[in-house]
Amino acid sequence: MSQTATQVPPAAQAPPAAAGRTPAGALGQLADIAIRSLGPIVLALIAGGFLLLALGVNPLDFYGNVLNGALEEGAWQDTIMRMAPLLLIAVGLIVVFRAGIWNLGIDGQFLLAAAVVAGLGPSLADALPQWLALTLLFLIAAGVASAWTIVPALLRAYYGVNEIITSLLMSFIGIDLANILIKGPFQDFSSNVPQTSILDFGKMLPSIPTTRIHVGILVAGAAAVAVWFVMGRTAYGLRLRVLGANARAASHMGLNVRGLIISSFMVSGALIGVAAATEILGIWGYVRADWNPAFGLLVVPLVFLARFNALAVIPFVFLLAVLTIGGDFATQQAGLSNEFTLVLVGLILLFMSITELLGRRRELGQSYLPAWWRRRGSS
Amino acid sequence: MDLLTNDFFTALIAGGILAGMPLLFASLGEMVSERAGVLNIGLEGMMLFGAYAGFVAAYYGGSSWLGFLAGAAAGAATSLVMVVLCVRWGLDQIVVGIAITLAAEGITALIFDAEFAQTRPTLGNVDRVSIPGLSRIPVVGGGDSSNGSLFSQPLIVYLTIVLVVGLGWVLRRTHIGLNLRAAGDKPGALDAAGVSVVATRSWAVLFAGAMAGLGGAYLSVVAAGLFEAFITQGRGFIAIVLAMLARGRPLWAVIGSFLFGISLSISDALQIAGIDVSTDVVFMLPFVAVIVVLVLFGRRAYLPPALGLPYVRGAR
Repeated sequence: MSQTATQVPPAAQAPPAAAGRTPAGALGQLADIAIRSLGPIVLALIAGGFLLLALGVNPLDFYGNVLNGALEEGAWQDTIMRMAPLLLIAVGLIVVFRAGIWNLGIDGQFLLAAAVVAGLGPSLADALPQWLALTLLFLIAAGVASAWTIVPALLRAYYGVNEIITSLLMSFIGIDLANILIKGPFQDFSSNVPQTSILDFGKMLPSIPTTRIHVGILVAGAAAVAVWFVMGRTAYGLRLRVLGANARAASHMGLNVRGLIISSFMVSGALIGVAAATEILGIWGYVRADWNPAFGLLVVPLVFLARFNALAVIPFVFLLAVLTIGGDFATQQAGLSNEFTLVLVGLILLFMSITELLGRRRELGQSYLPAWWRRRGSS
Repeated sequence: MDLLTNDFFTALIAGGILAGMPLLFASLGEMVSERAGVLNIGLEGMMLFGAYAGFVAAYYGGSSWLGFLAGAAAGAATSLVMVVLCVRWGLDQIVVGIAITLAAEGITALIFDAEFAQTRPTLGNVDRVSIPGLSRIPVVGGGDSSNGSLFSQPLIVYLTIVLVVGLGWVLRRTHIGLNLRAAGDKPGALDAAGVSVVATRSWAVLFAGAMAGLGGAYLSVVAAGLFEAFITQGRGFIAIVLAMLARGRPLWAVIGSFLFGISLSISDALQIAGIDVSTDVVFMLPFVAVIVVLVLFGRRAYLPPALGLPYVRGAR
């Protein structure tokens, strides 16, 4: 038996959302979905509140500042713009996670694509008409990030080497390589700090009329719809889902498992590269050395909360955008370092796993109470 | 240019040991937990908590041993989350592992910032034990060098040799080792033999947590002498790879950790030799090395068949 068949990440086998088993009908189902997706977030906010209290910060003020900082006059446009890369990364992850494959090298793929786009952007924008230059840059970003997934994909497909580890390693290499590029061939020596040349504002992604919001969010929305359609309505999507549900069954069915692993890996890389392109061509126009927004592991839980559904992930992406944009403001006000968002996302993941377990027990007709507790109660 | 001087080699060996020890502790722990079928992706987080606890204990307690103890305790305490959620309740090990790492990164950075942001204290040097006679050999002796060498190291390094030999014996020659292997290879068989899979895996994960915490503490107390946010810089993930490549043999973990330690610290040695290389290139080297090793020897990276899968009694 090939090793690929035995190494299915169990999360990929997670049962589909409330598959009509709850007796209370549609309303019960809705409540179930709401509890399972919002419950972990609420619990994480409460637990995070206790941590804030321990650090001497009023949690209510803090969370109020998060909302103010993210949704106030003007700030909401930043929040919407932040959604563009996050959503693209999320749908990119949905493609691989659905196939039962873990692409955790997000940050390396993202930064490498960002560095290449920022490095080539100014000269391409000078030489070509704007629409052509931007299209080309998007393609380059997609190509670079997708190329960065090839090594983990091949190692997984042919040797069965665990892709979590290899993609993480490639991520570290990608981050360093991006820095080498920015401090080397792409450096703009007229600037004091190592960074790439700045792309003229007029040559960047155009804004949606009457706002500052660049059209990247439309690209992200289109990608979400496309991924939703491909995963749910096409033969390719079905193949990926079969692979994710049971790799052994997939190979018995005669599916080209290796091809599916490699292609889904590369598609996810391409979408992550597009995410980097929207961030660079839409907001920054350049990359500074050691810049790393580290979106990668932050987006992972959203994909699970949305149960690998490319449209359902949108509200969660909005929430994360609020947390990151507003969190910067709130931590500044409270005099904390801005790593608090990491704590919240980590807690969301933990509570999500626990809620998932309880939900599964309930579906199987068990009590929400853990076994040891019930045993104690009955004896 | 005089690259191959005695000073260069001494610095290389000393740096390799200094940077390799945290990797060795963590990868020995991960090796045991992987053998038992639990992929501990939270290793990085456990190292971070261990590093912070070790630093605080060594700073206030004034003893490096207190730091090691606190680090191991903090790592084991963190791994309790994994024991309960993954081993007892059968939740996804990778999701929980990522959660532990993220939370540890955030929490240690926050608490350190709140406690020590103004003062940023550092610890003094840890006392080294020079082995009489041997420490006077040039290059490997290191009795007179500032960072020591093979025969002039903190006591815990020598104790680790005992640990490595002992662990190798336990894994290979005892019932405990057999149970651990069975828990990862065929948990159903272990259960049928009347040994609790959950208990075996729980002890393995606790051991991994304690070792990762100890590795973190060594990093902050001995190697760096300070704590800073994200101090582990992905070492937990390197340790996971080392454990996978070592395939349950502690000696291979020692060799791997030492080689990685060298590539993590080679920039210092090169500076002594008068060569200045970009830190980006240097940080990249160990990861490139692993990828090359995996591409070349990828087929040999053995993983237990039941790795990452929760054990449910009676499930098929």
